[in-house]
Amino acid sequence: MMKSKADEEDFWNSSKCKPFTFDDEDDEFSKLKESKQTVKNIRPLVDEDEDEDDVEKISWSGEPVGSISWSVRETAASSQRTEREPAFPKINTDTPAISRSLSGYSLSALFKGGTGKTKGANFQSFTDSQSDSSVRLYAPELRKPKSEYKDIVSDWSPEHTVQRMQQGKVVHLEKFRSLQDKLLLLDFAVSAHDGNVITAVLIYLKRTLSKEVLFRELESRQTALRHFIHYLTETRDQRLLLELLRALGRIEDVALLQYKEHLSIADENKRRDFLKSCLSLPFSPEDSAHVQDHYTLLERQIIIEATDRHAERGGKVEIFQKFPRRASILNMPLITTLYYCCFYHYHESEGTYSSPLNIRQTFRISDKQYFVTALAARAKLKAWSDVDALFTSRNWLGFTRKKSPLSFQRVVDILHRNSAPTQVLQEYVGLVDDSDLRISLAQKHKCHDIVINTYRDLKDRQLLLGYLSKVERGSAEAGKINQLLSNQQIRWRN
Amino acid sequence: MAAHLSYGRVNLNILREAARKELREFLDKCAGSKAIVWDEYLTGPFGLIAQYSLLKEHEVEKMFTLKSGRLPSAEVKNIIFFVRPRLELMDIIAENVFREDKLHSSRDFHILFVPRRSLLCEQRLKEQGVLGSFINIDEYILDLIPYDGDLLSMEYESAFRECYLENDQTSLYHTAKGLMTLQALYGTIPQIYGKGECARHVANMMLRMKREFAGSQNQILPVFDTLLLLDRNVDLLTPLATQLTYEGLIDEIYGISNGYVKLPPEKFAQKKQGEASKDLPTEPKKLQLNSAEELYAEIRDKNFNAVGAALSKKAKIISAAFEERHNAKTVGEIKQFVSQLPHMQAARSSLANHTSIAELIKDITTSEAFFDNLTVEQEFMTGVDTDKVNIYIEDSIAQKDPLIKILRLVCMQSVCNNGLKQKVLDYYKREILQTYGYEHILTLNNLEKVGLLKPQTSSRNNYPTIRKTLKLWMEDANEQNPNDISYVYSGYAPLSIRLTQVLARPGWRSIEEVLKMLPGPHFEERQQLPAGLHKKRQQGENRTTLVFFLGGVTYAEIAALRFLSQMEDSGMEYIIATTKLINGTTWIKSLMDRPESQTP
Repeated sequence: MMKSKADEEDFWNSSKCKPFTFDDEDDEFSKLKESKQTVKNIRPLVDEDEDEDDVEKISWSGEPVGSISWSVRETAASSQRTEREPAFPKINTDTPAISRSLSGYSLSALFKGGTGKTKGANFQSFTDSQSDSSVRLYAPELRKPKSEYKDIVSDWSPEHTVQRMQQGKVVHLEKFRSLQDKLLLLDFAVSAHDGNVITAVLIYLKRTLSKEVLFRELESRQTALRHFIHYLTETRDQRLLLELLRALGRIEDVALLQYKEHLSIADENKRRDFLKSCLSLPFSPEDSAHVQDHYTLLERQIIIEATDRHAERGGKVEIFQKFPRRASILNMPLITTLYYCCFYHYHESEGTYSSPLNIRQTFRISDKQYFVTALAARAKLKAWSDVDALFTSRNWLGFTRKKSPLSFQRVVDILHRNSAPTQVLQEYVGLVDDSDLRISLAQKHKCHDIVINTYRDLKDRQLLLGYLSKVERGSAEAGKINQLLSNQQIRWRN
Repeated sequence: MAAHLSYGRVNLNILREAARKELREFLDKCAGSKAIVWDEYLTGPFGLIAQYSLLKEHEVEKMFTLKSGRLPSAEVKNIIFFVRPRLELMDIIAENVFREDKLHSSRDFHILFVPRRSLLCEQRLKEQGVLGSFINIDEYILDLIPYDGDLLSMEYESAFRECYLENDQTSLYHTAKGLMTLQALYGTIPQIYGKGECARHVANMMLRMKREFAGSQNQILPVFDTLLLLDRNVDLLTPLATQLTYEGLIDEIYGISNGYVKLPPEKFAQKKQGEASKDLPTEPKKLQLNSAEELYAEIRDKNFNAVGAALSKKAKIISAAFEERHNAKTVGEIKQFVSQLPHMQAARSSLANHTSIAELIKDITTSEAFFDNLTVEQEFMTGVDTDKVNIYIEDSIAQKDPLIKILRLVCMQSVCNNGLKQKVLDYYKREILQTYGYEHILTLNNLEKVGLLKPQTSSRNNYPTIRKTLKLWMEDANEQNPNDISYVYSGYAPLSIRLTQVLARPGWRSIEEVLKMLPGPHFEERQQLPAGLHKKRQQGENRTTLVFFLGGVTYAEIAALRFLSQMEDSGMEYIIATTKLINGTTWIKSLMDRPESQTP
């Protein structure tokens, strides 16, 4: 079974961006406030009889009272009620639910309620006179060509048969016996473009022709073929459909269609075995690699799930006690699985199935994806040393430096989302190259040192002075700023 | 109820009345009291045709939703199933009929297929052994449903998928039938233009059907001068872009369905005096959106950035109107004021609603996420870096943003680059499958089949030529006081509407080269009118074109056509018809093979 989205989200610590308001207040939209104000001001004046005077009655769900979908609910509800109550022989049409909304009905409905037994025909004329009478002049008898009225049954030409079928009349397809006649019938059906008729003829042909002949003839009749494929799909005649596609040489379609079946297999072991059987199908080279990965992934998930469930129940593995698993890992996407393994199995040696490094290698996960995922998982656990190690690389002289396949701005973003403390954030904000970006990030995350140092490096006294108001009075940061400001050695630009 | 349908250039209420008339006729065929069992999907579209009151007048006493199991008890003579012709629904109906208690009840069963009966379904009923239980099997041909004064929709959700993915042309047959109905009511349309394979098919079917009807000449003076049939796959780009009109954004964010939108209730809570601390409603607020609402008609097609100003202007007018009460001194004046009160109140509550909606939307459009997404879209549409892996898309995948958002962007990049380099395409595919699950191989294959996603072939990228020739990108789009259709996407002029615009003037001959680059044939057909029905056009009288979008149309495209209709010198008014109102999200969704719909 596929896991619900919600389960999956649990692993992801919901990563929605926070709405962001532009600094310069957009004046077009400040006008919204104005109209909102007006609405508020006017309200007291008209509040009393608000609902009664609306042009159309709207129930809270917004359905106009009396609309069809509203009424389906209402009348269904009222009938449930009558079911529970002792049954009267005859249910009054004016059930409470309906009379409540009486004002929503037309006059004629009231009229009916009053007289009780008026015939339907009277209503017809009554309502017609209510509606725009000129309308009827315009509305001719639609869709009824003359031919429909005469009913000659003697004519069993394919053309006429197709016409009769289009009109929904009884036909006897059994009259078409020879292959030639049948194909002629099919061709007429196709040229009428009525899918319904084409399908009906195809059903007849399917019943009376051998597969080989049918497939062969369909191959030269593309429209009919497409309808036949659609028909087989609709009726879930998977076996015949696969046979047909194979006969047509559409092997990639066959492969995909068969692969699709796995979605309806709930049991994970059966699903795995089924995926395994798909590996030999004639996919395109790229798809073939993906299906192989799909199989490998599920195979691993089954092993990991069994091991971890056991470990969790055993109650001896600390991480499962501290952070109980919220959902099974079965059938989760690869990256979710990687996150899971970075969370629960981070330090395992590369040889195990659940080792993140092993997963990275087996599935050729890109550097970026790997970093983002590992970072998010370790940050979630507040394992800051792991985070640090992720970015630290040592060059051949033994010096360490910080490297990242994603921008440090994104790194900061991910850390912040996992509520990293300022000291941790500071380190990565400082690694942002662009000074403007660095300052804005530092300000956003209150990394005062970085802001102060950057201003100092820019020799911008004014900005530094301005920043004094943003730090707490008497704090270490304030002291540092004051110290810099009184430093005679700095040549300020302003 | 439906007065707004008749305000337009073409009185679409006629079509609605015709549909109602047929419904009444069917109901009267089943004499006596009735209960209707609804295929739930149909209640929305039917709501645009009739209210419960109409059904009630024809002795419909109960209505239920189609469910498996036993039918609820109801003392009625007739049970009528209103259903789409779908096999799975037939199985439910069969179960309903089977479990009917034959000893204690003698109810008659009927089926009304919408929009057309299906032999396949009837066969299924026969196999289930219940076909004989039905007294009456009929069809209710609801092809084109009037949606608004200038808008018709078939509400045929799967039309694009069927036509371009499954190559099933049933929806085209329905389209042609719908157009024949329309011509029966509004006269033969003398000129037919089209672009695309499906357009060609529909035109062929129409001409053929007309020949078959020959003998019964249509004596109605033509209302439409021209019909333009456009395949959606001629313009795959437009629906992928985020719509920036008010209505378009409502649809993008909350989804408009059958003319209704469901909104988060918080902003609509009405605090009445004395019950200040009432709990907030948890059920979504549902609103009907159409041109019957004066304010909505005014602002729906504006660029969202112009909506704030329009609402504030309206607020001032309403305030002034309410202030009038202080000037009302005489009894007569007060009386007059009071008589206007209902109208003013309606205006006020409409203003309140739209102010709340605009606030909700504003929260989203001013978010960083929205801005970044839009920036990337605009880069693609102007042809910036469309041949490389895009960092924003990459990051969005890493962040696990909704899959549909990713697919919209990747498809857009592919369309704007006339296909992606194999390496780029492979990279995106792998990232998507790894992050969202391998089963999406199926979806990716579907997108490739319909041409939304493709590897670049050796031929060169022709999108820049199309963009330049058709002026698809306008640097100086004016959002407040637009002078060009490009305002609907704040710079991008929808290709489909440019084609429509050029057709009206100076004509397609001027863009032959570009037309050849777009898929499918383009063509022109004429239909003979009986003598005496040729219109004598007054000086300066506008011509009317029906634009039919096969495979769906977006609200922003509709807004652009309305803008063209209103342009003083365009000389053309447009009525819009489509298989389904779509946006990028619903469209991509219709092409996905979703696991949840597959698991039994």
